Amino acid sequence: MADKKRNTILFVLLGLGLVFMFFSSISLGSVNIPFKEVYSSLTGSHASKSSWEYIIINYRLPKAITAVLVGVGLSISGLLMQTLFRNPLAGPYVLGLSSGASLGVAFVILGAGLLPSFLQTIALSSYGIVLASTLGSTLVLLLVLVVSQRLRDTMAILIVGLMFGSFTTAIVSVLTYFSTAEQLQKFTFWSMGSLGNLSWSTIGILAISVLIGLLLSAGSIKPLNALLLGENYAKSMGLNFKKARLIIIFATSILAGSITAFAGPIAFVGLAVPHIAKLTFQTSNHTVLFWSTLFFGAIIMLFCDIVSEMPGFEVTLPINAITSIIGAPVVIWLLVRKRNFK
Amino acid sequence: MNQILKTSNLNIGYKSKKETVTIAENLNLNLDSGKLITLIGANGIGKSTLLRTITGIQPALSGNVFLNEKEITSYNPLDLAQNLSVVLTEKLPPSNLSVFELVALGRQPYTNWIDALSQTDVEKVQEAMALTQIEHLAKKKHFEISDGQLQKVLIARALAQDTALIILDEPTTHLDLLHKVSLFKLLKKLTHETQKSILFSTHDIDLAIQLSDEMIIMTPEFVVQDQPCNLISKGSFDALFKDENIFFDAEKGKFIVT
Repeated sequence: MADKKRNTILFVLLGLGLVFMFFSSISLGSVNIPFKEVYSSLTGSHASKSSWEYIIINYRLPKAITAVLVGVGLSISGLLMQTLFRNPLAGPYVLGLSSGASLGVAFVILGAGLLPSFLQTIALSSYGIVLASTLGSTLVLLLVLVVSQRLRDTMAILIVGLMFGSFTTAIVSVLTYFSTAEQLQKFTFWSMGSLGNLSWSTIGILAISVLIGLLLSAGSIKPLNALLLGENYAKSMGLNFKKARLIIIFATSILAGSITAFAGPIAFVGLAVPHIAKLTFQTSNHTVLFWSTLFFGAIIMLFCDIVSEMPGFEVTLPINAITSIIGAPVVIWLLVRKRNFK
Repeated sequence: MNQILKTSNLNIGYKSKKETVTIAENLNLNLDSGKLITLIGANGIGKSTLLRTITGIQPALSGNVFLNEKEITSYNPLDLAQNLSVVLTEKLPPSNLSVFELVALGRQPYTNWIDALSQTDVEKVQEAMALTQIEHLAKKKHFEISDGQLQKVLIARALAQDTALIILDEPTTHLDLLHKVSLFKLLKKLTHETQKSILFSTHDIDLAIQLSDEMIIMTPEFVVQDQPCNLISKGSFDALFKDENIFFDAEKGKFIVT
């Protein structure tokens, strides 16, 4: 019962943290806008400068919402994969899902020149890129799954993920030889990751995809708990394993695929956030982990976004660099504290 | 005496596209409530195949397995989970599960879609932990306790699942003699106090002879089920190991090295 009280306090703190981070993300940026003006822009009354209002409504607000969607989606997909693969080091980036999505997008952006012109327009539209990216990540996830059925060794699965990563890089570098400088630039910018280039309508598509993924994940809470004891125990407790696995895979693919399509391959969030949630709440119960991962994912992504904007500076750093700089040490620290991997 | 599980003319083995490998034929076994039944046999004789077949994991080559008078293949997974629970030998995947949470997972066949424990669920979990005397471990993580304690925790999980039959695959391996004896005694106490039927495979034949109500012996020639003393007088143990280095001493009731 003491746990319940502690959890309630933690969730309240997380909720406050999320609200704080969300407004900080909107208030901070290369252009200095007073908080009062931010507030009036958001509530619909006019700010004293129309350019400020424009920045808030059409740039910072969509970016903050994207950060929340991306953080939540990647973290939850990481949580699902860690339990499904019984591997604490699993995550959309590590297992090569992001690489798969990159490959899909690379084919579309870099290979579009080979297509007839009317197909080019379709392929390069945001729908085309989402589709290519989701297909790419689903394909890799299925491959990893096939391999993981044959190799029970958890480390082997990670190495396979790594191999997919280098395979993709190789294919992409081959493709670059056949593409124009303009296409190459477009792909390079995409691969550095960005939260800021989304219009309201693309955010709509992303939000729907993430919502579908989250609903399926929430429905998988009980199967995920059963899987904590392994496949055979889960079956003996009445779990329809094949169905549950299919739903979990689909949820993971749609989350990782749609997010990578819009925001680029973002590293470490999917791997690190579930561990932060597990460490904070000291539990394996997915009812608690689902919500805590959700909050932590949003908060951490908003934080990375604020850092990448570097308040007071003119430049914006690529978000993928920030998540790696913050995420990689976290993962190493987790590895060193081996206790959590037992 | 209540019959929980019954096999009729059961043939077990593996079927592939090329061939059918029969491991044992014509098995007619009975598992009754309130009885501790041990399954013994040499390595590779097919104990696991038998356990997998009667738990419905592996299809039978022919014949039937009836659980509570209903054909086991006609159960849906959830119904089966409410009638049969298992304790496996496999290592648990890494997780942060506490002992209480692990035992509570046994309530999965009864919980709602978000796996919330009701008052009844919590009572059943506490009851299972009391029966196995692991209440003091409730808050420990499952990887912090000894092998013997973990085995008790896994048994408590099976008890919490509240099934008439519990099947354990070699629960005494990796334990020292003292813990083996205490585990055997615990299982015996559980069968008598809860009127469940418990079947488990083991290599500790001496202990099994002394503590089980009935034994199932698997040899290449036959599979037989009876009370240990009857099995001794019938000479069933002689066929267990065909080797000049070891023989069964019927008077002492144990194997002697020549």
